[in-house]
Parts: sequence; C-alpha cells; structure tokens
Amino acid sequence: MSKFTLQVNGRSHEVDVAPETPLLWVLRDNLDLVGTKFGCGIGQCAACTVHLDGSPARACLTPVSAAEGVKVTTIEGLSAGSQHPLQRAWCELDVAQCGYCQAGQLMSAAALLARNPDPSDAAIDEAMAGNLCRCATYYRIRAGIHRAAALSAASAEVRT
Amino acid sequence: MSAPLTAPVDRRSFLKLAAMAGGGLVIGYYVRPAGLAETAKPGVESTDGLFIPNAFIRIAPDGSVSVYSARPEVGQGIKTSLPMVVAEELGADWKSVTVISATLDDAFGPQFAGGSLSTPMSYETMRKMGAAARTLLVRAAALTWGVPEGECVAEKGVVRHTPTGRSLRFGDLVAKASTLPAPDENSVRLKDPKDFTLLGTRVGGVDNSRVVTGQPLFGIDQKRPGMLFAVYEKAPVWGARPLSANLDHIKGLPGVRDAFIIDRTVPAGQLTGLVPGVAIVADSTWAAFSARNELQVNWEGGRLANSSWDDFARQAGEMAKAAPGTPGVAEERRDGDIDRAFAGAARVVEASYSYPFISHTNLEPQNSLVHVQGDRAEIWAPTQNPDGARKLAAQVLGIPPENIQVTITRIGGGFGRRLDNDPSAEAAAISQRLGVPIKVMWNRADDFQHDHYRPGGFHFLKGSVDSTGALSAWRSHHVSFGSNMGSDDYPARFVPNYVLLTSNLENGVPQGPWRAPGSNTYAWVTCCFLDELAHAAGRDPVEFNLALLGDRDLVAGTGPRGRPYNAARMRQVVRVVAEKSGWGKTLPRGKGMGLGYYFSHQGYIAEVAEVTVTPAGALTVERVVGAVDVGSQIVNLSGAENQVQGSITDGLNAAWRQELDIQKGRVVQSNFHEYPMLRIPDAPRAIEIHWVRTDNPPTGLGEPALPPLAPAVCNAIFAATGKRVRQLPISRTDLSWT
Repeated sequence: MSKFTLQVNGRSHEVDVAPETPLLWVLRDNLDLVGTKFGCGIGQCAACTVHLDGSPARACLTPVSAAEGVKVTTIEGLSAGSQHPLQRAWCELDVAQCGYCQAGQLMSAAALLARNPDPSDAAIDEAMAGNLCRCATYYRIRAGIHRAAALSAASAEVRT
Repeated sequence: MSAPLTAPVDRRSFLKLAAMAGGGLVIGYYVRPAGLAETAKPGVESTDGLFIPNAFIRIAPDGSVSVYSARPEVGQGIKTSLPMVVAEELGADWKSVTVISATLDDAFGPQFAGGSLSTPMSYETMRKMGAAARTLLVRAAALTWGVPEGECVAEKGVVRHTPTGRSLRFGDLVAKASTLPAPDENSVRLKDPKDFTLLGTRVGGVDNSRVVTGQPLFGIDQKRPGMLFAVYEKAPVWGARPLSANLDHIKGLPGVRDAFIIDRTVPAGQLTGLVPGVAIVADSTWAAFSARNELQVNWEGGRLANSSWDDFARQAGEMAKAAPGTPGVAEERRDGDIDRAFAGAARVVEASYSYPFISHTNLEPQNSLVHVQGDRAEIWAPTQNPDGARKLAAQVLGIPPENIQVTITRIGGGFGRRLDNDPSAEAAAISQRLGVPIKVMWNRADDFQHDHYRPGGFHFLKGSVDSTGALSAWRSHHVSFGSNMGSDDYPARFVPNYVLLTSNLENGVPQGPWRAPGSNTYAWVTCCFLDELAHAAGRDPVEFNLALLGDRDLVAGTGPRGRPYNAARMRQVVRVVAEKSGWGKTLPRGKGMGLGYYFSHQGYIAEVAEVTVTPAGALTVERVVGAVDVGSQIVNLSGAENQVQGSITDGLNAAWRQELDIQKGRVVQSNFHEYPMLRIPDAPRAIEIHWVRTDNPPTGLGEPALPPLAPAVCNAIFAATGKRVRQLPISRTDLSWT
C-alpha cells in the first residue's frame, strides 16, 4: 500500500492503496464518487471516462499513481448545479434510458465541446466512438451534443 | 433425447400473467399503505398528517404529492410513465409530484419488469389509484363547500367549484380527505382520455438530473456500513465443479479477508441460480479482482465439455433431413396439402437461415449486495424480478422468503438478463458465511461467460407462390435449443398449406429471455423469407405482404397456445410505413429499402430501412421509418419515442456483428474487444416514428419495435446489392458487389 494525494473536482484527497489500483476503483471505493462507472475494465466501453487535466481518459486503465499531480474531473465535478450545457441538453432531450453509460458519454462529449464548440456529425462520431451505449441511445446522444452546442452559443451571446 | 438442463424460454409465460392480470384484477390490496402490516386498517390511513389513499399515493399538507413507482426501472422509462398515469387521474400538478422507488412489498401487486408487461398490466390500475384519491379530494372539497361533487373538478393540484370559481389546494384538503372512507377503486369515475393533459406529452425521466450528475442510483453504487467486496469464480465450462483451489495462497494476498469453495447448486440441476464456484472476499473491489488473477482451481466435469457450436450446426443439418414422425421432430401444425401445393407451384424457394447465441451485455456488470443476519436478510440489487431474488435467496439461505427485504435499485440495462437473480444467490451465500454485508461484483468475462444467452437457431424453409403470385405453401423446420415457436407463428393462418416442425438439440447452455424473446429472431427469418418469395413472385414486397395479410380483420388464435392476430392493425402499420418512407421510389444500385413487420408483445409494428452498401461491401443504415400501433394512448411521448429509437438501433446492434462462439462447453468471448457492439458511427443516421392509434388498450414498448429491424435491413441489403443475408450476424456475409 502507498499513500497518494489526488486532486479530484477541485478538492484534495489522500488515499492509501496499492499503486497499480485503477483510478476507477479509488474513485468508487475510496472516495465515494460512484458516478464513474465500471463496464469492461479494459478501456473498451468508456463508461469510466474522466478528465485528467481536461483531457478524456479511461479511469479503468489509469493507475492511481499516474493520477497524482494532475487535475481529475469526474461527472460529479463537471459543473456546479448540473448546469453544464450538456447536462441541460441531456435533461431537455431526455437522452438517457438506463443511464449507466451516460456519465462517460457526458465526459467524452464535454471534452469534445471544449475543443470544438460546434461539432459536425462526423466530429461527434469520431469523438464518441469509444463510448458504448447498450440501450443504443446514440440518436439522442448526437442530438444532445448539437443541442448543448447551441445552448453554449446562446449563453456566449448573452455574455457578449 | 434427454431434457435440457435449462427450461426452454417460454415467451408466453408472461402473456399468461398479463391475461390473468387483465381479467378482473383484484386491486383491494393496493389500499394497504406499503410498509404497514397486513392488519393495517384498509382504506384511508393518515400518519404525520399525510393523506394516504392507497399504496401508491401520499399527499402532504403542503400539497406535495409522492407517487410510488413499483416496477424496476431498467431504462424503459416506467418510473416516469406509470406515475404520470397516476398524476393524470389524480389531477396533480406534475411539477409537485415526487416519484419514489418502491421496495418489494405485496401492497404494490406485481413488481417485475419483463415481457413489456408493465404498461398493459398496470395502466388501468394506476388510473384507478389516481382516480380513487381524486374522488376523495373532490368529496372533501364538496363537503367543505356544501355543494354537489359533480360541480367540482380536480386539476393541477387544486379542486375547483366550477359554478362559483372557488378553489382549494390539495394540501388544504388532506386533513378532511383522510377522514373519509376509501371508495371502491373499481367503481370510481375515470377521466375521459380526451381530457388528458399530461398523458401523451413529452415528459423527461424523473431521474434525469441524477443520472447526468452521477448520483448513486444503480446496484453497483450501493454501500452498507461494514460491507466487504466479493468476486465469485465459476467454472469456465458450464456445470463443472471446483475440486480444489489454492485458497491458502489467496487468503494471504493483500486485502483478502477470506476465500472458500461453495459446492452447491440452487435450485438443484439449474444453471441460472447458485452454481458451484470459489468466493474471494476482500476489503475493496480491486483487492478482490487482483487476488482473483492468482486463483487456480481444479474443475471437474461439465456436461458439455466436448460440445461446440460447429457440432450444434452439424446436428441441426442432419435433423433437417428427418421426416415428420422421426423421434425428435415435433409437428406443431399442418394445414392443407403441402406436397401437392409445392408440386403445383409456379415458383418454389428453399433456404436455410441461422443465427448464433448472443449475450445480453448489460453495461452494468451483474452485481448484488446482500446482508444476512441470522434468519433475516436484506438485498439491494439491480433486478428485474425482485420477488424472484427474494425466493432464490430464501432457498439458498434456508430461511422464509418473508424474512428477506428487497430494495430495487435502478438497473444498468435489463434486456431480460436480470429476470434471473444469480448474483443475489451468490451474495447471499457469501454473506451468510461471513455475517457482514457482501457486494458481489462480476467482471466483464463473468458476464460474457455466465450469461443466460439468447439461443441460436436454425430454420429450414421451403415456400412457394402460385401462378397468381400468391403465397401458396410454407414449410418450416425450426431446429434450436428449446424452440418456443407455436402453431400460430406467422404466416400460419394466412397461407392455405402450412407445416411447422420443431426440433431441440440437446444442450447445457444456459439460456434466458433476451429482449423480445423468440420474436427477435423469428421476425428476421419470417420477413426475410417472405421477401424472397415476393421477389420470386415478381411482386413488390409491400404489395405482396399486404395481400398475404388478406382482408380479414381479427384472425382467431388456434391450438393450445393460439393467440388472435389483428390483421387490420398490421395492414395499417404496413401501409403507413410504406407511405411515410417513400416506398417504391427509384434508387441507384447500392441503395435499397426493405420492409420488416411483426406482432410481438401486443404491439403491431412495421419498419422500413433504407441502406447504402458500397461496392466494397460497407453497410450504412441511412434511415429507418417505423409505424407503431400499441393501442389508444401513448403514455409519455418522449419515453415512447426513446424506446422505439433505441429498439431500432439495438436491433441493428444485435444483427450486425454480435456472435458468441461456443467451444468445448464454454463461451470463448470474454470482453468487448472480442464482441463488436454497435457504436455511434454505425447508428442509423435518421429514425422517424409514426404512431398509429387504435382503439385498443395501451401496451408496452420495451421490446416490440426491435424484431422488425433486422429483416428490414437485410431486405434493404438485398434491394441494394442482390445479396441475401441468411445468416446472422450480417457481418458474416460478404456484401460487396460490382
């Protein structure tokens, strides 16, 4: 066991775990942040997607030792008061069915919108191809990302 | 042939339940508030100032309304839709309604989620629950004002006296309503559906905000004080037992609390409950997973250790040559004179269709949390069948079922897999030994290799058209692993000469219901072969199929498992989908449209797929149009469309690339890298849904929109390329063309 200091959602946490423990299980078992989901354990479904210094990463493949010294953002920290445009769009368009994959979908989509505020269908397909949705809500995921882009643009106009 | 280890999937068992529920359902038990004893005074109870007219509704003095959702939420949207039905009849303001997930309690009546039955079984009951409560609120207001009840209406959380405009909020009426005797739910006045203001509108899922913020809703998210984490290694070959394992080594690994063999099968002889294995209990999920990597087990036996898919396919081919009357070949139905029809036919077509075993692949791996304390236990599980979990755990633990409480969590995908409760059996057995709360966590390989699979199957078909181009004969031999094709399976009753034979191959592969059991493959076989016959007749497939559906409206069921088939409803959805899809338009080579239609789970649904296939054989599903008749009332328009969009995409998901390989009594695949699932780039580019409303009771949408998709796509591929897909997954067929 080793001690690690993690910066998660703007807060500092100290954990004492085996160094190879995936960040996924530290978040879920040690920090009680269970929004990040276990699906496959080998980076094939992306239900565990988090941001490391703003870039999407699979928490099931990220050893806790590699998460030290970077800013970790999980679905619980995506926004204050669930007001991220994607979260608003997801509620407005009623995207989820079972909802299990949606935290990972949202984290991947948030990273996409951060670098491409108005993505085409092709750009969405490319950025989101790693994320499985077993309920196959892809039709609404695509629509949800477009809607979030529009909500972001609208609020940007209000600000300027 | 000896009996299979697992019972054949009976897709009609749910329908039987539905029929029982539909015919004069006794709803008296609903008036007992949940959580109170059987002896609680029937009728209206009031505690803490709440108005509790029945098990499903609580109204507080501040006017807030709580509605209990009794059915498990698997993503079908039932936690939103059934409370909407209650709120509609109650006259509540939806914004003031809080939906609470019910625990397992007899007060709520049936609490499973399967067979697309929640809506047909509960719709009228939920209306009556809301109406009974509204009746008391209106009565309380009328008594307060000294006016006739008939002059008062309840809407948006307020009772109004129409002639004078006076009004009282629900919260103001709680105290008085609580003193009134409960009305008979079966005689309360229901709203005229034309006055509905909530049903049929778009309402977002009640848990949406919690889903998008990662709240602990799912089974996997549950925790209890003192909980330990367990994994349970079962034999890779089904039915094998652990003789020994390196338990001392495992117990010495970091974080491991215990490791032991469980050599029990509950229920005896079944593969879908507790089966023998090795448990490892640890301080954390990762400690348990890590220790498992070092586990070595000596397994013994396994009935199918030398059986493989190729053997099944070979046996099926031999079986297909057997004549009716041969042992193992059952004749389910015989109409007319099939040999004479074939002899006199204008065209005869023969084809064999096959499809593999596939997995449910719930994205939330199987799990359950159980705490056993002496002769009592608590279960927190993502189960579609909580009463089944209770009964199975009771059997494993040797305690009475009534000593077990079940909390039903949100479920990360059901698709039928979670009608079985094996993870709860495992957690119960382990918790009984340790006496602390145990969360059993499966990994993805467990999920693939210990699923209860959608069975594969083989269909050997011969059909003919006569000189007028009409379907004249249909002979089908279904060889499978527990056929549930019935004598009425379409196109039985619509073709004068018809023979259906079924045979079952001996197998020990665990099977279970997979979204639209039976129908999810029979629709593909049936509609694809009908398309072959339409082309053989030189007729347009829509026109050919409409002619086949004939001019009768309701066609009676025949035989012991017979069901009526409403041909008028089916013709209508076929006509609508043809019109809305632009059927008949000229498309260039490499593009095509195909039709699929099927009656399942009480829904009449037709779909047209429009595909592009490149000369190199790359498939794109450009557009799917669906026409859906699930009765008179769509409950939640947003949820209903989501189900149909998802079913269409999931139908493509299953048909395109999914395939399990069975080698020497085990499934080879262990994770998604070996089992390609549909991802967003391959999802249909456009999906259009057209509701066809008919004067029939509302029925469910979790399943029936899936079966027509695969034949629609495969028939479109034929239209685009001239290539027939007679084997699933589609990816097995070279679609290239020149």
